[in-house]
Amino acid sequence: MIHLDNIRKVFNAGKPNEFVAIDAVHLTIDAQRATALKGPSGSGKTTLLSILGCMARPTSGRITLKNREMSSLPERFLTEIRRETFGVIFQQFNLIKGLTPLENVMIPAYPKGENFASLKKRAMELLDMLNLADKAQAKVEWLSGGEAQRTAIARALINNPTIIIADEPTAHLDSRLSLEFMEIMRRLKEEGKTILIASHDPLVYESNVIDRIVEMRDGKLVVHGDGR
Amino acid sequence: MRAIAKQRYILDLVLSSMARRKGKNIALVLVYTFVLFLLASVLFSVESLKREAKLILQDAPEMTVQRLTAGRQDLIPTDFIASISTIRGVQSVEGRLWGYYYDALSGANFTLMVNTALNDKMGEIVIGTGVARRSNTDSGLRTLGKNDIIPFKTADSSVLPLTVKGFLPSTSELVTADLILVSESDFRRIFAIGKDLVTDLVLKVKNGKELGTIAGKITQIHPDTRPIVREDILRTYEAIFDWRGGVTMMVLSGVLFAFVILAWDKATGLSAEEKREIGILKAVGWETSDILLMKFWEGAAISLSAFFLGILLAYCHIFLASSILFAPILKGWSVLYPHFRLTPYINGYQIATLFFLTVIPYTVVTIVPSWRSATIDPDSVMRM
Amino acid sequence: MMFHPGIFALLLGSGLTAAMLCYSAYEGLRIIGSWDIDCGSEQQLELERKTYLISTLMSYAMGFQLLSLFLFIYTADTLSPLFIGAMCAAGSLKVNGFGYPTLMIKIGSCLLAGLWLIVNSTDNKAHDYPLIRIKYWLLLLIAPLLIVETTLQGVYLLSLRPNIITSCCAVLFSADADTAMSDLLALPHWLAQAIFFVSAPMTLATGLYVYLKAKGAILFAVATLCHFVISIVALISFISIYFYELPTHHCPFCLLHQEYGYIGYFLYAAILVGAISGMGTGIINPFRSIASLHQVIPPMQKKLAMISMSATLVFMLIAGYAVLFSNLSMAME
Repeated sequence: MIHLDNIRKVFNAGKPNEFVAIDAVHLTIDAQRATALKGPSGSGKTTLLSILGCMARPTSGRITLKNREMSSLPERFLTEIRRETFGVIFQQFNLIKGLTPLENVMIPAYPKGENFASLKKRAMELLDMLNLADKAQAKVEWLSGGEAQRTAIARALINNPTIIIADEPTAHLDSRLSLEFMEIMRRLKEEGKTILIASHDPLVYESNVIDRIVEMRDGKLVVHGDGR
Repeated sequence: MRAIAKQRYILDLVLSSMARRKGKNIALVLVYTFVLFLLASVLFSVESLKREAKLILQDAPEMTVQRLTAGRQDLIPTDFIASISTIRGVQSVEGRLWGYYYDALSGANFTLMVNTALNDKMGEIVIGTGVARRSNTDSGLRTLGKNDIIPFKTADSSVLPLTVKGFLPSTSELVTADLILVSESDFRRIFAIGKDLVTDLVLKVKNGKELGTIAGKITQIHPDTRPIVREDILRTYEAIFDWRGGVTMMVLSGVLFAFVILAWDKATGLSAEEKREIGILKAVGWETSDILLMKFWEGAAISLSAFFLGILLAYCHIFLASSILFAPILKGWSVLYPHFRLTPYINGYQIATLFFLTVIPYTVVTIVPSWRSATIDPDSVMRM
Repeated sequence: MMFHPGIFALLLGSGLTAAMLCYSAYEGLRIIGSWDIDCGSEQQLELERKTYLISTLMSYAMGFQLLSLFLFIYTADTLSPLFIGAMCAAGSLKVNGFGYPTLMIKIGSCLLAGLWLIVNSTDNKAHDYPLIRIKYWLLLLIAPLLIVETTLQGVYLLSLRPNIITSCCAVLFSADADTAMSDLLALPHWLAQAIFFVSAPMTLATGLYVYLKAKGAILFAVATLCHFVISIVALISFISIYFYELPTHHCPFCLLHQEYGYIGYFLYAAILVGAISGMGTGIINPFRSIASLHQVIPPMQKKLAMISMSATLVFMLIAGYAVLFSNLSMAME
């Protein structure tokens, strides 16, 4: 589904603090599977994740999504595709303070100018599915860790994406909530979504939800026993 | 329509986002409003004064003829009247007697003018409200009432006491504040002017378009005269008020500049929270142009509220408080100030000028900072 | 020098707009030099971000130019009492030799800015910025024009001296300054009408053809440009008199006054929109063959043609209404 070909990402090129985040990465992500990116911090997995999610452009190399070349697409087209295809969950949930969970969930759909009534309905359905219906109009600051996590998941689902991307989703969660998170991922995978998680938490990459582990170290892929 | 729904969503987000950062935004709006208040006050005052002058000059004579000796105004012989009346197109010619009288006791210059209605009431005067307010009598500085006496020092060193018998209406204060109407014989006694001389001549002409030609003929017959057409006076007043308004605005340009710097500072100094919010929006699928739209609405909201508030306050300042701050500069230096209410007059031109002087610089200065914040990388929140 | 607030406003506005244009042109030049869409280097990403800045600057510049055009006329109008014989903007602009040239260039730069925005919008619809170099070269043409305009405007405004009383001798002003610039443009009625009523249907017909077939855009663009000039001449020559209800009043600026319901703004807006959108179809036509624009340009041309035709029709409706329902009736030959 996503194919990376000789991807390299350099920061501060040509300057004294030049930094090669990832280098010579060849990778294919299969559809409807859950893949985990494993590696210590500084290994480049976050950078790889952002390139996989079309949130950053590689310095060199090519990336194709569903057979469509993405590397040199201008931002406005990239963003449009990204919005429809990917749903992102962040390490710190990154909800906008001062807004309700309902509003937070609807925000990714605003640029399309969708009809308010249908958008709200869809958002409420998602919150309901994640048992957050009664918290829909609360203030985001008052949510518990688990509730914020599920709001973030609902937000990632609002545009009906085919691929879910999560960056260290369990970093601020206890074991119970981490397992709960992986359960939700399992459900989503069963619905046909593709899952991509970057994490150094064993609870994640050793979970049986994960079909494949991709390991990274110092910006390069580590060739692993059970996978490419 | 999608485009409209999108704008509404963005506007909604902008307003709630601004409400969460009240402190910074309010400071900016207040300064913005203040700047607009100052500039609008100047503009409104100037326009109002121009209109007043126009209204008042409506009753001024179409043409006035003065005599100049060595470049200064001199008295004009009454036989000029006969020669000028013969010019084709002149309807009537009359002599006017008026002059300035310096009253040492109050330190003010009065305008003394002969009014034919008083000619058989020697010893009586009618005074303007400004004169009444600032006159010195034997009993000290107080407001004059009916039957009070003003002693006039005549040109031959005697004193002529004249009794106040009436007051000029305060509605005409702008032109009559310092005016004293007097009888002809009293006037001639005070200034020792003979019966064959008058101060100037006023003309009525049959056809307004002929004024230029007639003026030309007058100077041919009497080369030492200066005909002044009413429109010339009007233009001069307009130019004076415009000029004074302009100079005041030049002085205020310092305030404008400071405001622009404040706006720049506010726009470039994005708090970490604001950066994070924009980062989140970009990460979940908002495009740079969407963020730019957001910034546009933010600027529009600030500009519009400051604009309305500033103009409203200026309106109150001018028309309820008679432009306390700027009146002295605009009306000119004088000891006797007419008290008068400026009548409200606002037109689209003033609004447009204010827009150009404030909203445009504000917008321009925020373009680059807005763009910088809008081009935050989508993956920046992941790296934060 | 006249210390008039309106003059300050215009000088400030034009100065800022010219500065924005020059900065855009400068950045455009840098983009032309280093652009490489296939490269993912940080420099390229920075250049792509810069394109947003330039688009934003140009959009605002266009808005300001349009406003500045009307403020300029309005200012000339407001200043007219200060000049002998000037009854409205037409007279003020004649006071020195820079008034009308400034106006012409202002109109020209409005048109060019509008066209640039159309090219920019077209470029943004393609996946590979095919017109990136062309549009920034265009910018290098527009920027100097803005500088010229700002200079001319400055010279015009700063050389104005009101006709006021001087304290010395008898200064007599000639009361017959020539305000009849409009007379120069007021062709004999029948001629102006004939030209207008030939140009209008021709323009509409070519527009319809573009709308239906997405072809013939160049012809349409030329037609709209001609119609733009013809409409203005027609307005001055025989349409304005119906608004003023005076056979001798041809002034193109008095229509903007309150007493005529500000109808001038609608008329001139319609003329400008019609011209810009019509010429827009033509200016993007040469790029039809570029692969990434192949699907983009024809629908855009159709949309622009529709806008242009609507604007032309609006103009004719308003003008027609005035001619039919005015209290003035002229014998139409």
